[in-house]
Amino acid sequence: MSASPVSTLARRRRPAAAATAAPPRATHDAPWVRWLLIVTALGFITAFLVLPLAAVFTEALRSGAGAYLAALADPDALAAIRLTLLTVAFAVPANLVFGVAAAWAVAKFDFPGKSLLVTLIDLPFAVSPVIAGLIFVLVFGLHGWLGQYLNAADPWLPALRDWLAARDIRIVFATPGIVLATVFVTFPFVARELIPVMQTQGSDEEHAALTLGASGWQTFRRVTLPNIKWGLFYGVILCNARAMGEFGAVSVVSGHIRGETNTMPLHVEILYNEYQSAAAFSVASLLALLAIVTLVAKAIIERQASA
Amino acid sequence: MSLFRRQRSALPGLNLTLGFTVLYLGLVVLLPLSAAFIRAFGMTWEEFGAAVASPRVLASYRITFLASLAAALVNMVFGLVVAWVLTRYRFPGKRLVDALVDLPFALPTAVAGIALTSIYAKNGWVGAWLDPDGRMFQKFFAHEGLLGRLTGLDLSGLKLAYSETGVFIALTFIGLPFVVRTVQPVLEELDPGLEEASATLGASRWKTVTRVVLPEVCPALITGFALAFARALGEYGSVVFISGNMPMRTEITPFLIITRLGEYDYRGATAIAVVLLLASFVLLLLVNLLQKWSRRHHAV
Repeated sequence: MSASPVSTLARRRRPAAAATAAPPRATHDAPWVRWLLIVTALGFITAFLVLPLAAVFTEALRSGAGAYLAALADPDALAAIRLTLLTVAFAVPANLVFGVAAAWAVAKFDFPGKSLLVTLIDLPFAVSPVIAGLIFVLVFGLHGWLGQYLNAADPWLPALRDWLAARDIRIVFATPGIVLATVFVTFPFVARELIPVMQTQGSDEEHAALTLGASGWQTFRRVTLPNIKWGLFYGVILCNARAMGEFGAVSVVSGHIRGETNTMPLHVEILYNEYQSAAAFSVASLLALLAIVTLVAKAIIERQASA
Repeated sequence: MSLFRRQRSALPGLNLTLGFTVLYLGLVVLLPLSAAFIRAFGMTWEEFGAAVASPRVLASYRITFLASLAAALVNMVFGLVVAWVLTRYRFPGKRLVDALVDLPFALPTAVAGIALTSIYAKNGWVGAWLDPDGRMFQKFFAHEGLLGRLTGLDLSGLKLAYSETGVFIALTFIGLPFVVRTVQPVLEELDPGLEEASATLGASRWKTVTRVVLPEVCPALITGFALAFARALGEYGSVVFISGNMPMRTEITPFLIITRLGEYDYRGATAIAVVLLLASFVLLLLVNLLQKWSRRHHAV
């Protein structure tokens, strides 16, 4: 596998022989080494992971529960929550369908250029979120390809130009741009979880189903889907967490209009920069809760998949 | 029926799924990405050079590169320790720590950014200890304080948030899981017989770890380092709150791209973006080559 920012289920599934069996004496570490390493690891985890998480909730509740709830009930905050949910409702299903299709093609078939395709699927992980936003401005912005096309004196397909111009469809600095940028940054999540799971599964069961007279769709629904459901679920929750929390890419393509083109992370930024720290952390605490739910779901799925 | 004669599988759906995959990949990823390169090709060399090599841009490469490098190196050391502790020892709360390692993947970067800032700022939980005007600093970290007398160190010039150190702290947060999650499976699968053999042959524990275990883990460790480094180069959300974004000092390259866009300097933004993209692509190419090499190395 190439660059992976997330541990795949397939990898985590292998038995942890060294961890479960009590190691023989000669390969034990001395007690003081053991303690030193455990304290070092816990100290590092505390300073960099536990403290930030605790700080979010402490700062959010600093002005009391009333202020906390008021910050969440603010119309701009509610608009931001709605826009975030809307974005996720487009981005996650789109990448889910893509992920299943890509995994089916890559895991069940051999074709020329397969490894190139797998590398290209991972490409968005290598792109800075800021650049992910920038490229959509370059395509759809006023100074981008779409803008040039609309302003061209002698355009290709004039009817299309007139149709687009008459409708005044805005893509960047509006909701469609936010959705597109989010789809881009969450593009590989489902596919890269499913490909290894489907590859370890092989195609024998599918061949058997087809031989027994099942149709292609029946085979997928009744045989493949039950086998990959944990991997699928795992990819979806990771994709969802990233889609709700994306900041850099969305920041570039959003118009930063309060109550209109602000997602939750952008709303947090605005509040924070206006020195409304408690309100910023209140909205941030919802996103932190999402992160905790994601980690818990991930732990449960990993246990289910290895059971 | 199929596009390719080499296909041997009797399963249906290759044309449909492959066609959709390639189309979706092309429209969502490749076409927009190519826009950046096509825009950059439209510039003259002088224009491009001026956009990507002005003193302010060079300063942003410097802090982005150095802070990413320092954070990835620190993560290499502590990530190895965390992975080791998680695979080798039993201690209370181990499963919680294991789950928590993925926090930087799950926590939105903007939330991480403001949380880290609040901790490491002057009045924060950690920052307060190092505030030169604070009581705790005078007692413990000043030249006349406890640490100063014991070690001769003077930490009065050290600032955490709104400084280069702040950039480093944010990038360390973001990079930790990359190292832990690449090293952990290798440590789990390491044959215990290797260590037993080494111990039986009379090697000390230290020698066994450095001569037997570390070489086995090394490719994964370097891969984790490179992944953390590549992610840090492009990171935006967690850094911009804690860094202060001071031009020539703590302004990272992705922030400079946004600054250029805010000035409607699309060419400047695109040119810098292309440099950053090429740097990440080269890094990931190296990671892929390294993984291929280590797999072949292990197969022999």
